[in-house]
Amino acid sequence: MFLIEKSDRLADKIHQIWVRAPHVAHHAKAGQFVISRIDEKGERIPLTISAVDGDSIRLIFMAIGKTTTHLSTLRGGDHIQDIAGPLGKPSEIKKYGTCVLVGGGVGTASLPIIARELRAAGNRVIGIVGSRNASFLILEDEMTGACDELHITTDDGSKGFHGFAADMLKQVMAEEEIDAVWIIGPAIMMKVTCEATRDAGIRTFVSLNPVMVDGTGMCGSCRVTVGGETKFACVDGPEFDAHQVDFNGLMLRMRTYQLEEKESLERFQEHQCACKGSGRHA
Amino acid sequence: MRDRPVEQRIQDFAEIDNGFSPEEAMAEADRCLQCKRPLCVTGCPVNIEIPAFLTEVAAGNFKRAVAIIKEQNILPAIAGRVCPQESQCEGLCLLGKKGKPVAVGALERFVADYERAHGTTPPQKKAATGRSVAVVGAGPAGLTAAAELARAGHAVTLFESLHEAGGVLMYGIPAFRLPKEIVSAEINAVLALGVGLKLNHLVGRSVSREELLAYDAVFIGTGAGLPYLMGLPGEHLPGVYSANEFLTRVNLMRADKFPVFDTPVKRGSRVVVAGGGNVAMDAARVALRLGGKVTLVYRRREEDLPARAAETARAREEGIEFLMCANPVRIIGDQVMTGVECVRMEMCALDASGRPEPAPVEGSTFTIDADLFIEAIGQGPNPLLISEMPELKRGRRGNLEVSPEGKTTLRHVYAGGDVATGAATVILAMGTAKKAAHAIDRMLKGE
Repeated sequence: MFLIEKSDRLADKIHQIWVRAPHVAHHAKAGQFVISRIDEKGERIPLTISAVDGDSIRLIFMAIGKTTTHLSTLRGGDHIQDIAGPLGKPSEIKKYGTCVLVGGGVGTASLPIIARELRAAGNRVIGIVGSRNASFLILEDEMTGACDELHITTDDGSKGFHGFAADMLKQVMAEEEIDAVWIIGPAIMMKVTCEATRDAGIRTFVSLNPVMVDGTGMCGSCRVTVGGETKFACVDGPEFDAHQVDFNGLMLRMRTYQLEEKESLERFQEHQCACKGSGRHA
Repeated sequence: MRDRPVEQRIQDFAEIDNGFSPEEAMAEADRCLQCKRPLCVTGCPVNIEIPAFLTEVAAGNFKRAVAIIKEQNILPAIAGRVCPQESQCEGLCLLGKKGKPVAVGALERFVADYERAHGTTPPQKKAATGRSVAVVGAGPAGLTAAAELARAGHAVTLFESLHEAGGVLMYGIPAFRLPKEIVSAEINAVLALGVGLKLNHLVGRSVSREELLAYDAVFIGTGAGLPYLMGLPGEHLPGVYSANEFLTRVNLMRADKFPVFDTPVKRGSRVVVAGGGNVAMDAARVALRLGGKVTLVYRRREEDLPARAAETARAREEGIEFLMCANPVRIIGDQVMTGVECVRMEMCALDASGRPEPAPVEGSTFTIDADLFIEAIGQGPNPLLISEMPELKRGRRGNLEVSPEGKTTLRHVYAGGDVATGAATVILAMGTAKKAAHAIDRMLKGE
């Protein structure tokens, strides 16, 4: 059992929890993730390690399915049954020169730890944080501290640059020479945004989040085609060369359990309402 | 002892048969000829004193019988169920030359179940040696090594990356062949020896190489968990599974009980399973229990099926359709899979395994309509930990190269089970792990 030290809501539907997991915290590097299982009946889901402090790790997630919605109801003092990790290969940190880190929505959670490690390796780091509107924006202060320069974009112009992160990336590329780019966000956002760097031949990484079970290379649920080869995101990734990823195949597989996910969430929400109605839950 | 009726057992995941009654067990054990030079013992990968335990069973001394088995094998209820006895102890039994061999496996299972129901006696343990051993992987090999080393008085830490110990016993073998409460009970017996179990620890990630090598000795029993995929066009389509994923979702994550349990699995109405081993049979029979009509496609002939004959027979009885001398070549579908294109295979000259080499017959493709496709064509060693340790010499198929006593090319590091032998049986994993554990014990004692 792993103790939740604190939990907060960061933005609309986006939550953060700090969990005591020394075996993960003491070994975690930028770009890695954990598999968590909330209780005896829970599903194993991957969550990016977004920060480390002593024996604890921070997980940031969007309450979108049954497990993440359930996680968002947990408070400091509650427990998570299982946390396995750190899993996956760490980000390829080295001295590139100038790096741009692009975050879309909750994917931004992965960026500060990468930004800090890249800066420590001697890179200049430019951050671009994009969200649908100002109410979904997360980690602005932390990214300001972790990057040499930060740009905010919103699809509706409610804050910062009015437009997509890809537009801002193109603008940054026009202003100075860029040596490496990380794009982390929803699959469709990564697919679209990485086109900005393809022709310029800039080294571009994306972090993939397909459906996983064990997260250790044993099942192949998370397989994705990269450069024509089948890779397992859990052990060969989660970061891959953006320009080699078959995003259509990835997105197709991510929809495999759409119906089951909906059923599971509805069942959970009904149960929650029933509990509240009977006054058993505060 | 007989199998439950087919129409009943395909509705659930409960065990296929109920085992011997005490009277049946005593009568069966009494058939043993008590050979002077018992061949059965030589056929046992862990060298159980079979005639001695059968004598106790025949006399009704069931607890004494199980104590004799446990001297050599700490997991008797498991081994009694999943060992291929027909090619080991029972295959060498003299009675088998003219009639039926003594049912050693069923008797091993009987006495283990008897003990579990009537209270277990913890095995003897030597005084603490003050030496520490890390065991990596809590499957059959790791559990056996951990138990042997703990009995020898060493402080054992057992690392497991999943949230439950048991390895393939939990995620791979379905409950109708190996009930999970029995696996848990035998794991608890190992832990009762004082073995420290660390779940959710992936060695190489949660435990660094330096932390691992700080132990006085290391045993690697990480198994063969890497599923081989066929590399077919359309393999990325939803509805296509490796047998490992399909079985893990059901056996470990209880997807058969979705939505009470959160993990889903696709329930195919028409299922194709590719492969002919025990894993293929397990996947086919699980898919059947989830409501599918299942066809098992194998590229060689029926007589070449590598699965245990008894399991093949049960699969057939339960209504699995067997399509031999055929091989899938393409998964058909756009957003989801709708069928599997196969090709007929003809048998050519004998290959290195002594079986005819199958080759596709030109122009013989045909399609099976299906909404689920499960690939069960074998597994390799999980490369994660061993790739962190480049000093470990590896064989052509990625397995660790070890001496006959399980020594790897890295000092104080031993290995056993599938990671060393390549995918094999539970009992072979236990046998090699036991040898390695004894070698570690001798090394730690400075012999």
